[in-house]
Amino acid sequence: MTQLLKSREMILTGAIVVLLGIVATRFPAFIAPSNLLGVFNDTSPLIILAIGQLVVILTKCIDLSVAATLALTGMVSAMLNVAFPDMPVVLILLIAVGLGTVLGAFNGVLVWKLGIPPIVVTLGTMTIYRGIIFLISDGKWVNSHEMSAAFKSVPRFEIGLPMLSWFAIVVVAIFYVAMTRTTLGRAFYAVGGNPHAAVYTGINVGRTQFWAFVFSGALAGLTGFLWVSRYAVAYVDIALGFELDVVAACVIGGIAISGGVGSVGGAVLGALFLGVIKNALPVVNISPFWQMAISGSAIIIAIAVNTRASRTKGRIILKKAEQAA
Amino acid sequence: MGVMKKLMTTIAAAAAFAGSAAHAEDVRIALVVKALGIGFFEAAAKGAEEAAAELGDVEIIYTGPTDTTAEGQIEVINSLIAQGVDAIAISANDPDALVPALKKAMDRGITVISWDSGVAPEGRQMHLNPSSTELIGNTIIKLAADHMPEGGDVAILSASATATNQNAWIEAAKEVLPNYPGVNLVATVYGDDLSDKSYREAQGLMASYPDLKAIIAPTTVGILAASQAVTDAGKIGEINVTGLGLPSEMAGAVESGATISFAIWNPIDLGYAATTLAYNIHKGAATDAGSEIPMGRMGTATLDDTGAAAMSDPFTYDASNIEQFKSIF
Repeated sequence: MTQLLKSREMILTGAIVVLLGIVATRFPAFIAPSNLLGVFNDTSPLIILAIGQLVVILTKCIDLSVAATLALTGMVSAMLNVAFPDMPVVLILLIAVGLGTVLGAFNGVLVWKLGIPPIVVTLGTMTIYRGIIFLISDGKWVNSHEMSAAFKSVPRFEIGLPMLSWFAIVVVAIFYVAMTRTTLGRAFYAVGGNPHAAVYTGINVGRTQFWAFVFSGALAGLTGFLWVSRYAVAYVDIALGFELDVVAACVIGGIAISGGVGSVGGAVLGALFLGVIKNALPVVNISPFWQMAISGSAIIIAIAVNTRASRTKGRIILKKAEQAA
Repeated sequence: MGVMKKLMTTIAAAAAFAGSAAHAEDVRIALVVKALGIGFFEAAAKGAEEAAAELGDVEIIYTGPTDTTAEGQIEVINSLIAQGVDAIAISANDPDALVPALKKAMDRGITVISWDSGVAPEGRQMHLNPSSTELIGNTIIKLAADHMPEGGDVAILSASATATNQNAWIEAAKEVLPNYPGVNLVATVYGDDLSDKSYREAQGLMASYPDLKAIIAPTTVGILAASQAVTDAGKIGEINVTGLGLPSEMAGAVESGATISFAIWNPIDLGYAATTLAYNIHKGAATDAGSEIPMGRMGTATLDDTGAAAMSDPFTYDASNIEQFKSIF
């Protein structure tokens, strides 16, 4: 299992290196260390959200409301900052994470207690959350000059790396430990991998899925704050359609939509793969009409390679099992 | 319901006669907006009052529904017909739904024009566009050229590659480019009106063209994201971000210096011009294709085949007037 995951991550790392090589032939400055750090920084929101989505997908669910959660918490953070310019930014950050947690828990409760399929629940809440932004903001924008300097400085503050990158690194570290070393972390795998067996071992499947949505919501809340302070603007449509990028990052990262398979490293690499494409396309001078086709093809190729790799492994395991029987 | 409506119409008709008799001396012009309480339209009303003061014998009725619906505007139009106003100048919530109500108004001898957001030709005598494709195309290049006397590279950051408005403006901009020697358009990129993609495209432009002097973004999301990207890259003063934006959104960028100036229509001028046009048409100005109608300090409006006219170049906003306008729209 570990070897399988390792090889999957190796393939993806290789793919990213090849991608960087191709970009470098057209625009050498792209692979300068400072630029690569810039790409990482730019991809940080996607990494954080991909980790939240990883947890959800592992439990056989999907969270399509992440971008809407992000937009709603972002708008609330921005409006709080405008209404109370003296409120400490740390407090706003905590409120954003808290609100994200509540929104995630709402998804989780609907999945857990009412047993509604997650895709339906989150499709619904996605629209509801966007609608709430419209209600509270009246459709108006919160603009850069209304936000306080402290609010806008958070993701830009540099300690070697910009804070935005540090947030991603810390989230990755916490979830790497949590997913490999804690009971709840292993429960996520068990619930998605074999729900029946999970029940026999005493794991409450619904409650585990609930916690997955809570984590995804909390991370989306954090990203909402970072997003709005980074781009210094909040309006109804921010990050529109971003949930699809997040799911794509997970799928590229080798996380099985059927649940139970995937790793934090895979999610990070999947996000980075997309991040490199997103940052490279503007500089390699390709017609915008081709850009979408190219990023789509890259996703499909990455997934094809990944699934092929895992399929062969699967057959071998089956043969061994047959022989043993 | 049907009886009620008939009764209302009869009363309305009666009131119309009474109304027109009572106010024979003043020209009563109704400025109907998409919804009350929107800064842009409040500013247009200010312009209408300015025109009224200039013309002398005009009374302005500033009105509109409380939400931006065609139904609300139809009610307002019906009540205006009942009051027997002399002219209606409307910014429509729907081009077609208002046609029957406005036709009824015209049948009663009321002058009807639309401005800002138009009504289908059969529902009005003329339509006043705030600007035209050619004027906008020229303005966005001029905004960049004005602040780069030695010339240099400029790039356009648009909305999506298929956005009709933006593409028309960019085409028009490319046509006038030869009039600005030294201005070299190096790239046109698309941010899809998403802040994150626009921000990345702006970063990409800065990386690909180190000598870039200006980024022109004829879209509100794009110009904001580009200003932020230039600010974050520490290139304020080197690269001027300009284009079309709203004063309330751009105030921060103008303050930081990332944007020296940008443009958008001026709602005060628009309300002023709409009022003057309604007045002149009421006084007998022809509205056939090609006719020219004076609009006071804004010059003259020339009608095209569909009875539409353009007011002027977009109005330029910079540090000198942003404070005044940022609270308006």
